[in-house]
Amino acid sequence: MDTLAQLLAQALEDVGGSASLSVLDEVRVRYLGKKGALTAQLKQLGQLPPDQRRAAGQQINEVKQQLAAALDARKQQLESAALEAALEADTLDVTLPGRGQSPGGLHPVTRTLQRVETLFRYAGFEVRRGPEIEDDFHNFTALNIPENHPARAMHDTFYFDNGRLLRTHTSPVQIRAMLASGAPIRLIAPGRVYRCDSDQTHTPMFHQVEGLVVDRGISFANLKDVLYGFVASFFEREVELRFRPSYFPFTEPSAEVDVLSESGRWLEILGCGMVHPNVLRNAGVDPEEFTGYAFGMGVERLAMLRYGVDDLRMFFENDLRFLRQFA
Amino acid sequence: MKISQSWLADWVELPHGGDALAEQLTMAGLEVDAVTSLAPGFHGVVVARIVELTAHPDADKLRVAQVDLGDGTLRQVVCGAPNARVGLVSALATVGGELPGGMRIRKAKLRGVVSEGMLCSAAELGLDEDAAGILELPAEAPVGRDLGDWLGLDDTVIDVDLTPNRGDCFSVRGVARELAALNDSALTGPASASVPATHDGVLPVRLAAPEACARFAGRIIRNLQPGRRSPTWLTERLRRAGIRAIHPVVDITNYVMLELGQPLHGYDLAQLSGGITVRFAVSGESLVLLDGREVTLAADMLVIADDQAPVGLAGVMGGQSSAVNEATTEVFLEAAWFAPEAIAGRARRLGLHTDASVRFERGVDFALPEQAIERATALLLEICGGTPGPVQVVEVPEHLPQRPSVALRAHRLQAVLGTTLEPGEVARIFTRLGLVAESTAEGWSVTPPSQRYDIQLEVDLIEEVARIHGYDRIPRLAEQARLGIRTATESRTPEERVRQLLVDRGYQEAVTYSFIDERVQTQFFPGEAPIRLANPIAAQMNVMRRSPWPGLAAAARDNLSRQQARIRLFELGAQFELGDDGEVHERQVIAGLALGPVWPLQWDLPDRRVDFFDVKGDLEALLTLGNGAERWTFVPGEHAALHPGQCAVVLRDREPAGHVGALHPRLAGALELPRDTFLFVVDVAAALGARVPGYRSVSRYPAVHRDLAVVVDERVLAEQLLESVRGSAGPWLQSVEIFDIYRGDRIDKGRKSIALSLILQAPSRTLTDADVEGVVDSVIDRLGSELGARIRD
Repeated sequence: MDTLAQLLAQALEDVGGSASLSVLDEVRVRYLGKKGALTAQLKQLGQLPPDQRRAAGQQINEVKQQLAAALDARKQQLESAALEAALEADTLDVTLPGRGQSPGGLHPVTRTLQRVETLFRYAGFEVRRGPEIEDDFHNFTALNIPENHPARAMHDTFYFDNGRLLRTHTSPVQIRAMLASGAPIRLIAPGRVYRCDSDQTHTPMFHQVEGLVVDRGISFANLKDVLYGFVASFFEREVELRFRPSYFPFTEPSAEVDVLSESGRWLEILGCGMVHPNVLRNAGVDPEEFTGYAFGMGVERLAMLRYGVDDLRMFFENDLRFLRQFA
Repeated sequence: MKISQSWLADWVELPHGGDALAEQLTMAGLEVDAVTSLAPGFHGVVVARIVELTAHPDADKLRVAQVDLGDGTLRQVVCGAPNARVGLVSALATVGGELPGGMRIRKAKLRGVVSEGMLCSAAELGLDEDAAGILELPAEAPVGRDLGDWLGLDDTVIDVDLTPNRGDCFSVRGVARELAALNDSALTGPASASVPATHDGVLPVRLAAPEACARFAGRIIRNLQPGRRSPTWLTERLRRAGIRAIHPVVDITNYVMLELGQPLHGYDLAQLSGGITVRFAVSGESLVLLDGREVTLAADMLVIADDQAPVGLAGVMGGQSSAVNEATTEVFLEAAWFAPEAIAGRARRLGLHTDASVRFERGVDFALPEQAIERATALLLEICGGTPGPVQVVEVPEHLPQRPSVALRAHRLQAVLGTTLEPGEVARIFTRLGLVAESTAEGWSVTPPSQRYDIQLEVDLIEEVARIHGYDRIPRLAEQARLGIRTATESRTPEERVRQLLVDRGYQEAVTYSFIDERVQTQFFPGEAPIRLANPIAAQMNVMRRSPWPGLAAAARDNLSRQQARIRLFELGAQFELGDDGEVHERQVIAGLALGPVWPLQWDLPDRRVDFFDVKGDLEALLTLGNGAERWTFVPGEHAALHPGQCAVVLRDREPAGHVGALHPRLAGALELPRDTFLFVVDVAAALGARVPGYRSVSRYPAVHRDLAVVVDERVLAEQLLESVRGSAGPWLQSVEIFDIYRGDRIDKGRKSIALSLILQAPSRTLTDADVEGVVDSVIDRLGSELGARIRD
């Protein structure tokens, strides 16, 4: 049986020497195929004497199994090497940036306004808007600022030749909303406002949010509570507030509200007060039945305090290097 | 209003000063803008008397003074001041002392004569602008005393920003009165005794407009000694209030105004012709004011006139013709009450803003005129000498303000403030404020004093009570609200979503001004009438924007100059259009601009600049947010600001709702922007309109895909092809898309080949080849007959 042993040794050598799956398959066919060497040995079994056939058959089968096992092992080896090579070839530099558009960003004023709107919506306020070109009645007279009132001097108003004007505050929306919907009412009115004033701390256009609540039993104590809640939520920290008596023709009592900055300075953030009975009357609401509060705040001011912007004029430069900081 | 602490201290006990005083005033509603410490800018300067004066041996203009400092020895000082004279008490900067600006005083020789110090002018001491001579101090000034000490220069100036309702606080006494109320202390202050008349000269005064001027106090003072100067204590107080010394009569009227709150005016009696009439101006009448400006008066402007012409603009400014001067020896003092509504706004209309007008606009105490006249007379006699006539008071009492009592209901006080105050505290607050309050069944009946114009309604009293009680002592109280479901429509895309979509597609939100340069606007919208502001803040911000485009274009150019190569901006805001009715219509729009590389710089993307279809794609994405893609179409259009061949009108339900296109090359040149700058704008109301989704069943049968390539004339639009297919393919057509466009050698010049992809599907069965061929044939027929298309071989 030297031939069989030699055959196995040769076959195992061939398997080990197969460098690819196709060569390995050729080896398999060469030995185990229909015309393969081992197959030929099996075919020759019939020529052996019957008493030897069994033992010889067993031997050939053992060799066959050995060879099949070797073939399998080599096949797995080759397959795994091929996969390794394929993986190696597919390897990417995953630190390269991804492809496609990079997002832009919202203007900090919008970002601030959306935040303000969200907080007040949670408290049941609806968002109302009004025109930017206003008339004297809605911007002044109905708000208890008759012609020649000294308070008009505080509003450096832009006028048009036909007597219309650019609203100097968002307060006219109070009047429009009350005339349209009556009381009770609970609204905020964000938007652009205009004053003929321009220096380090003033731009001729800026944004305000007006708030108005008119209902039965509304008090100054409610106003304080709402504003404390708003300011704490807006800045996401407990903030000390200071309500300072002030004067606005459309509210009484009136207050200006300061927040205590982290550096210990009082910074004005908004004006507020109880809606003046004349304003309620001008808007068709009975001041004996209803009371209300109103507040107005500068959006840029809020944004400056929140994001640490120290130059108001940056809000309108539209410098991408500034805007991108709020993405 | 600037007010010095030392002056205040004359009127009320100050428990604290400086920042604490400012804090107290601020928290009472008299906001303090600034607290300035007035430490003198000099040291080593003492009060000194000239006891001997001799000529300088070597200089004509210099003299040698022996000066007494009260310490027993005399100092020798060389001095060049023309007003130096024996007996004059002045200010000596001693050796080792320092003047403002850092000048050190040394022992020196001036033309050979030793000088141990320097006699100083007000200007040299930083007290005043007067540099004409050395400071003249009153004879009783304590020789040897430190000048800063004696003048009380170690003072603090408090700048109070008064609200328009508190005209009563527009004086030292007014602020002192407020402090007395806050601290529950007494108001003191100089007693104002009446000065008896020493002659009986009067000037006839007629109140021709009693509703505007209902009280007029006047007094003639004769025999003033010309050439007198206001004493330092007075000019120093004026200076600290921000008022320059001019002439004793003017200085005194200013002083009394600052002290009591009553503006006064002193006329040079010799320049008045006949009597005084307070009347409204005749329209077109003119007057030269004290500051030299000539103003043309309107019929609603109140004037003080003599028998000839107006001599002053009542409550605003006196006239030049009757102004006092160095030679004046007789004055007529005026202290009148003018109705706020007769003064308000007039000064502003003339571009004026005076100490008098701000006070009268807010309301001056109508009980003040006589007191003010008496106080001014006393000061005038003290400083300029003179003989006073009787105080004349002409009044029309029925036109004076009434101070009817105001009722305050306890329950209303509680309701408005949201807290309950003890009735005793409320009553005490009224007493401290000088309000006369009587208890009533419901609360109080309160009579305000003459100076309080701001207490007319119940709510005015509520505010006073809250203010003195302290806003910080009003509790916080959560609102009790009725809960209910609120409406939230699905038929409108939220604005936030639109903004977010553009942000996600790489746009940065901008906020540009609503008013822009008319010249730029005209470039974008030639031939359209601009909406001009009557009083623009700057010439390049003079018209309301017809579109956000000019603002975005300017922002883009600015960013290009800041080395930003890739710019995508959008803005959501109003644009202003002049309607056919002549009214201005505000329309909310979303506008955008894109230029530069289509992608951020990247290692694997083609380096390509943004083009029309990139921007149109962004706009389409925005327009389909509302689930209504089929409502939107784009047709070739025109816009003066856009490239005529790259401009589409955006239609919603066939109605124009916006534009998209390339910036017109001519404009690109003018605006210094690249030619491939793209713009879009769409109406917000239209863009936000949304359709609530409605379900249609999904077919279970296979879809069939057919591609067609047709050759058409260049002028045939893609949208026409698609419309034709949609119109002819029948109900099985699920979609039709263009997937290739070819122009070139293999087809005729002037024609293009367009490849269409059709997807057909039936709801209830599998389509047969014959079905599909039928559809394709009818599509080809229609394309051929409508658009001259033929199938590409």
